[in-house]
Amino acid sequence: MTSPYPAGSGSCNHGRVPVYRDEGVVLRTTPLAEADRIITVLTRRTGRVRAVAKGVRKTTSRFGSRLEPGTYVDLMLHSGRSLDTVTQADIISPYGTTIALDYARHTAAAVMLETAERLTSEEREPALRLFLLLVGGLRTLAAGERPPALVLDAYLLRSLAVSGYGMALDDCARCGEPGQHLSLTVGGGGVVCAQCRPHGAASVSAGAVRLLTDLLRGDWDGALRSDLRARREAGGIVAAYLQWHLERGLRALPHLERA
Amino acid sequence: MYEGIVQDLIDELGRLPGIGPKSAQRIAFHLLAADPVDVRRLAVALTEVKEKVRFCRSCFNVAQAELCRICADPRRDQTLICVVEEPKDVVAIERTREFRGLYHVLGGAINPIGGVGPDDLHIRELVARLADGTVSELILATDPNTEGEVTASYLARQIGPMGLRVTRLASGLPMGGDLEWADEVTLGRAFEGRRVVGA
Ligand SMILES: [Zn+2]
Repeated sequence: MTSPYPAGSGSCNHGRVPVYRDEGVVLRTTPLAEADRIITVLTRRTGRVRAVAKGVRKTTSRFGSRLEPGTYVDLMLHSGRSLDTVTQADIISPYGTTIALDYARHTAAAVMLETAERLTSEEREPALRLFLLLVGGLRTLAAGERPPALVLDAYLLRSLAVSGYGMALDDCARCGEPGQHLSLTVGGGGVVCAQCRPHGAASVSAGAVRLLTDLLRGDWDGALRSDLRARREAGGIVAAYLQWHLERGLRALPHLERA
Repeated sequence: MYEGIVQDLIDELGRLPGIGPKSAQRIAFHLLAADPVDVRRLAVALTEVKEKVRFCRSCFNVAQAELCRICADPRRDQTLICVVEEPKDVVAIERTREFRGLYHVLGGAINPIGGVGPDDLHIRELVARLADGTVSELILATDPNTEGEVTASYLARQIGPMGLRVTRLASGLPMGGDLEWADEVTLGRAFEGRRVVGA
């Protein structure tokens, strides 16, 4: 038999349970062969997995919209050597298709999904905190009650923090000197004091530092009191910080629409 | 691995969409065993398609002249434009015989993670086509999946303020699929049941 799939997909389990159930968020889909797709999912228990969804592009597919990017699904998967196969999918929440109706929110969700994929560098490494942050971020975006740009920045700051790239916002990132510092360097990990300030460090407003702090802590009452200038400044800092910590640039970031 | 030119052929075939290494090998050996006349006909078709076929200057459908067959046909309704992602979608819709207007082929769908933004599609050209006021209805027939929906919502937002009727294919098309897979009856019904979107 000839097949476009890597040898062993869907047949051999290599010491893993042959069929397993997990819930996850679809991060990305890529077309495969005539009517199939490879879906990349960040799951609650298994971490990031890639699986084949057979026949999903046919309009008669039993999967329907359940495997669209940004959808939170309950999955049954069959283990394969390199790719698993989706055998069943049920929607928990259709965040992606809800968000798709609004272009600005969709571009924010795209940055979230791509970041989640990039921060889970190894497949099948459980990443529960990143998973929970992603579900929370998409839920908030879909609800549409908070400004998409702030939801995104909160998600990015917190995802970077749980990945070991927390931004220093109180004490100097270099020497630990306490106080409110108004210089910031993305390469240096956050705010720096006057002594440690490297050549080329940017000045940052107190309003932006406060907003970044609120977003990182999840203090929405505080964050929503910020003005437009602080939001724009904070957004630029988060984007630069994200790009610094990911080896390659994010493809979705240039398309982000900060309304 | 095979010798020189056989392996070259396998490599080239393997670059085609939906063809993995095993299929590429199977096709290569099929061609080696086939009648030379059949293979020459395939080679000519491949060369001609690149030499003679271009994209319509108005709608970006495949064409053999400046304008495609549909844009050049005076019997088509000039007040209706149906927006699709790919030339193959034009074929799918033409099969339904439900639509007598013109098309606009975007050349894909918005997909930020794939690095495709509005500027990478023929959206500016679409806006230019609408400028003279001839068109009264724009039908958004992008795929019924997330990328298609995002593209439709972006277009509705950009074009809504221009004051023409903007509609989206609706009933019967389940989310998640590609338009090319829709059967004629379902796609025909989706045309009849289109709904107004945007402002
Ligand atoms: Zn044309």
